Amino acid sequence: MRAVDALMECLKAEGVDVVFGLPGGANLPTYDAFVDAGIKHILVRHEAGGGHAAEGYAKASGKVGVALATSGPGATNLVTPICDAMMDSVPVVFITGQVRTELLGTDGFQEADTIGITMPIVKHSFMIQHPTELPRAIHEAFHLARSGRPGPVLVDIPQDLSRADIDYEPVADIRLPGYQPTVEGNQKQIRQAAKALAAARRPVIYAGGGVVNAGAAAELTEFATCDRFPVTCTLMGLGAFPGTHPQWLGMLGMHGTRSANYAIDEADLICAIGARFDDRVTGKLSEFAPRAKFIHIDVDPAEISKNVPAHIPIVGDAKHVLAKLIVEYRALAPDGERLGDWWKRIEGWRERYPLSYKDSEDAEIKPQYMVQALYEATGGEAIVVSDVGQHQMWAAQHYHFPKPRRWINSGGLGTMGFGLPAAMGAAVACPDQLVCCIAGDGSVQMNAQELATCAQEGIPIKVFIMNNGYLGMVRQWQELFWDRRYSQVETGAYPDFVKLAEAYGATGIRLTDKGSLVEDMKRAIETDGPVVVDVKVTREENTYPMIPSGSAAREMVG
Amino acid sequence: MGEPGTKEPLSLEELEAAGSLRTGRKHTLSILVENKTGVLSRIAGLFARRGFNIDTLTVGPTDDDAISRVTLTLDGALHPIDQVTKQLHKLVNVLKIRDLEPEETVTRELALFKVAVDGSQRGELMQVTEIFRGKIVDVTKRSVIVEITGTTEKVEAFESMVRPFGLIEMMRTGEIAISRGRGET
Repeated sequence: MRAVDALMECLKAEGVDVVFGLPGGANLPTYDAFVDAGIKHILVRHEAGGGHAAEGYAKASGKVGVALATSGPGATNLVTPICDAMMDSVPVVFITGQVRTELLGTDGFQEADTIGITMPIVKHSFMIQHPTELPRAIHEAFHLARSGRPGPVLVDIPQDLSRADIDYEPVADIRLPGYQPTVEGNQKQIRQAAKALAAARRPVIYAGGGVVNAGAAAELTEFATCDRFPVTCTLMGLGAFPGTHPQWLGMLGMHGTRSANYAIDEADLICAIGARFDDRVTGKLSEFAPRAKFIHIDVDPAEISKNVPAHIPIVGDAKHVLAKLIVEYRALAPDGERLGDWWKRIEGWRERYPLSYKDSEDAEIKPQYMVQALYEATGGEAIVVSDVGQHQMWAAQHYHFPKPRRWINSGGLGTMGFGLPAAMGAAVACPDQLVCCIAGDGSVQMNAQELATCAQEGIPIKVFIMNNGYLGMVRQWQELFWDRRYSQVETGAYPDFVKLAEAYGATGIRLTDKGSLVEDMKRAIETDGPVVVDVKVTREENTYPMIPSGSAAREMVG
Repeated sequence: MGEPGTKEPLSLEELEAAGSLRTGRKHTLSILVENKTGVLSRIAGLFARRGFNIDTLTVGPTDDDAISRVTLTLDGALHPIDQVTKQLHKLVNVLKIRDLEPEETVTRELALFKVAVDGSQRGELMQVTEIFRGKIVDVTKRSVIVEITGTTEKVEAFESMVRPFGLIEMMRTGEIAISRGRGET
């Protein structure tokens, strides 16, 4: 059979039920194979939309997402989603077409060095040099994408090789001698960690996206409730611990809660699980948690002691390590009362510094209230996909996620334009769940073309645009740090999102009244098909609290 | 959003801030890699993007066709070596890395020196070459090429000796290294 038909067999063997892509010259053979393959293909309107949709699909389902593009510009349009998937450890296999082998290196039409361009931003990549290599490369790509620390893997297939006739035999084994992720975690180290935790007076659990990736949310909750450990999560970890639990401190970091940041600041022991001490979490590194010792659990050994030296490093998958840690910790039967003083201090912060904002006195919708209204309108049960900017931080603060994989956003790369297509991918992955996208009026336009895909495929995402007519986060920083000298941040009243939605075949609604917001949102959610809700909010509202970049947690403002 | 910065220009001292664990000595990493296209590019790219500066790099075959050995040296005063090795280990085609202890390792490099000497100075240069146990591999009326094998220190010592003669050019291979004793490197 043709190599591309073998490709389809491999995709099916990997359990792929849907892919996102856009055809072109170099991947015509692949698209010919799709006609009879029985794999659902969703035609996106821009390859970046397809890449982010595959990410949204992967984040919502925990399965590997697949995105396809042709050579040259198709492949370069995937660069942003690939980098995004790398930064946030999202398992996606990207399959790109390449020019015929005889044209390689000649600056042929639509030729780009896709492998070279993407080399720094992939977990691994395969350049197919012989058609018989393709099946193995595909299976190894899936294995690499989903195992260890997940990430993007790219397979680049020259057009002529993809048409070649090969003897296809299913690949049963994976041969990657240089790739053996450590999953189990060292028992001695885990015992040490349990002892340190049992002795700690002011411990904090700091959990990240690795807990979600490992499917370890249940283990995290069980571990935290072995004792009364206070828990905070990173932006990527939200949902790994129930956002309504009494031991929940809220998110930490730049726009985290004071309770979480002050607890980290005063902690004597921090147990980091699947988190990487990003600068948005630590602020000024030299003043981060100055009194604390660190336990660092991560499946990627290179993360351990990268930014903050770990006293007890544990390389392993969060699910395995936490299961063992629970057993070890219970065996020590520590005195639960010892955390009483610590909780008193935390409760004090909670009472003094709840997340708050000054509500409007008229019908004006405050952006924070918009998120609260959505929380109420959805009963807290939606998959919320965010774009990047102020709205992202407000959504992270004010929507309380009960479960993992309910909060999908672009954290590491901070990709504007991620939200709408990722919501589309999440909705494809979870057709029985409500998927709401919270976007800014700036970011939503960076991939608004995918509304056409949603309309054509009947993908019923509900897009709530927090419309303040500004690139709000940049405006905020210009206001706070650059003497309010606004430079190129005003987007005005363009476009008319209601008309835009209608032009794309979606429903457009504009909301301006605080009083009926929850009910209006419920109506929008009940409307069939894709819906765009243009919510006019306060124009100049700042996201608080905030640790100014490069400052210490103690210096939180707002 | 990246850094907010301030309106004040950054001083160069501020730019040189930050630090991690530094050993302060030269490190020789012996790396076994799968002999596949692009492997060297992945290693070089990793170093470039993490800000690691390679001092020397050699690549050659091993007794197994499917595996090549990369020997590279870098300055532990400038780089957190554990981060370098951990990041290298993440490359799927990297099979094994060894950070060789200097006292348990034999290192050699090969250097060729083209020196501008005529008949009057040739004898003196030959004496120096003799002392360094080098070889004269090419002679013309106005030049001599000397081959030197040894540690980096020896090559550098020879360089300082011949520079006064008039060094036209010098080629060095970079170090290869092998561990002492019976065990494999």
